[in-house]
Amino acid sequence: MDARFVPLFVVIPMAAAFLIPLLAKLWQRSADLIANAAAAALLGISVYGAASLVTESQVLVYRMGGWAPTLGITLAYDHLTALVALAVNALGLCALLFSVRYLDHYTGRWKFYTLFMLILAGLNGVTVTGDMFNLFVFIEIAAVSSYALVAFGTDFDELEAGFKYMVIGEIGGTAILLAIAMLYARASTLNMAVVSQVMAGFGRTPLFWFIVGAFLVGFAVKMAMVPFHAWLPDAHPSAPAPVSALLSGVFIKVLGVYAMSRVMFNVFGLSRANAPAFFNLLLGFGVVSIVAGGLLAYVQKDYKRLLAYSSVSQIGYILIGLGIGNYWGIVGALFHILAHALGKGLLFLTAGSVEHATGTRDLDKLSGLEKSMPVTAWSYLLGSLSLAGVPPFAGFFSKFFIIVGAVSAGMYWLAILAALFSTVTLGYLVSVVNRAFFVRKDREPTAAREVPASMVIAMLALLILTVALGVGFRPVLDKLVGPAAQNLIQGLGYARAILGG
Amino acid sequence: MRGMSLIVQTVARLLAGMLFLFGTYIVLHGHLTPGGGFAGGVLIAAAFILVSLAFGSVEQTERNSYTLSSVVESLGGVLFVSLALAGYAAGTFFFQGAAAYGTGTPLRLISGGIILPANIAIGIKVGAGLFAVFLALGASRFVMKD
Repeated sequence: MDARFVPLFVVIPMAAAFLIPLLAKLWQRSADLIANAAAAALLGISVYGAASLVTESQVLVYRMGGWAPTLGITLAYDHLTALVALAVNALGLCALLFSVRYLDHYTGRWKFYTLFMLILAGLNGVTVTGDMFNLFVFIEIAAVSSYALVAFGTDFDELEAGFKYMVIGEIGGTAILLAIAMLYARASTLNMAVVSQVMAGFGRTPLFWFIVGAFLVGFAVKMAMVPFHAWLPDAHPSAPAPVSALLSGVFIKVLGVYAMSRVMFNVFGLSRANAPAFFNLLLGFGVVSIVAGGLLAYVQKDYKRLLAYSSVSQIGYILIGLGIGNYWGIVGALFHILAHALGKGLLFLTAGSVEHATGTRDLDKLSGLEKSMPVTAWSYLLGSLSLAGVPPFAGFFSKFFIIVGAVSAGMYWLAILAALFSTVTLGYLVSVVNRAFFVRKDREPTAAREVPASMVIAMLALLILTVALGVGFRPVLDKLVGPAAQNLIQGLGYARAILGG
Repeated sequence: MRGMSLIVQTVARLLAGMLFLFGTYIVLHGHLTPGGGFAGGVLIAAAFILVSLAFGSVEQTERNSYTLSSVVESLGGVLFVSLALAGYAAGTFFFQGAAAYGTGTPLRLISGGIILPANIAIGIKVGAGLFAVFLALGASRFVMKD
């Protein structure tokens, strides 16, 4: 792929976001069309980009306006970018396809699509940018649009969740901005590659650790690791289901995990060898997130709230993968970004279907939906098996790689804990099947009808991708996830790849 | 919105035109003097806000202004994006090189390549957008309805 295509990741959703309010005034339904077309185009260039990266295997660097690195903004497209962009845009397209009929009982259709496209612009921007301040701007574009979408239903609970999310999210954003300001004061440039060269000659002083800490706090809020998770169980269930799918599936990972790993590995050059304390901290947060998120998910009565706590728990798996810090640990973490994006996106879409068909998501009021909504029920069941780590689905391999990483690093207790809590994951996810989809003894099955075809197609597409990623894990691992893990492990080698020579 | 006293209205009548002119100047001279699309757009929006605060308005006018300003805002955004995309005609995203950017020659309005049209697009977007925000905050009754 030509490097000139890299800006399109931002331009396509941005242009769609500006066009939708204009054309929706002339024809209401044009919003559906533009949004889906833009998402399909985004998925197209992500697939094309990833495919050409596999064959040519070189980092694409684009300089905005032709300015040299210390002055201008640089965009970079390597294997890690390709992997994250694929997850974002695949889930984005499925969620938008799902929205077409799901939005039937909402007003302000074009506002939804405009905000959704702005989130996509922000997420894609975060993945392709090679500039610290640009990173912050795209994080905020995505975050501010998501605050509005969480409150989209404008009921009391939704407004409350949106406000809470906004306050906590902005505290995180401020921490990131503070860290970037201090970094700029030190390095006099915002280009990630040049900053990383400057930081390489900067000792491990208290200032260095303070900057790392400020970044960590900011990204911790964005990725909702325990104890920074308070906003997520309110915000994700309150959003319309396709938005919940995007928020839980990719949003917390792009803004939190991807941005953090890019900054910590490639800009600061941290690795298990030179900063064990930092990686142990990640392990600690990861373990706490897995345990707290998993146990809290058990006691939930709300379909989507249960899934939201499950996301907190799964973020913990990604964190311990990164915290282990060796090749297999990072491969597992990155694979889990893909597997969890598809799996949790699918589960949130089934939650949307159930809500669409029955008008409730209270698990105590549902029963026997398997009879009336077989596709939704089976999508849920298979998706939850994938997330829990049952072979041959995608989720099995991500957890397997994380456990391999833990064993090869000699952390046997971590491997045991990861395996143990994947059964807990299975437990709380399957309890939804028991409560909502199987007929209960003491209750009549809930009256419902299977959702419209476009929503079914969106769910099936994610299901097929989950199965395909599991069955065909080998080429994905060799061609995409492995090199992406190398992108992180190379640490400061990132600067050489971007600046050339 | 109710209007304000005669004193305020008189001052606003004198100031609004100048404010608008100054805003336009800031937008157009962004590549030569401090300022640019964003700063100038804010001033242009301020001129409109001043008039509507001083003289007041009825709901129907506000509704029409809101629709119009959100359309103009989107047009500004589309204009900026198409300016960026038009660069593909020259083989790259955004126009590149000295001819396209330059640094702006002092006292020459037509210089600095595409920075001037980009500033105009941003000025339109920010001016209309801020005025729409003002209307939405002041009159959320009808904005929430549609």
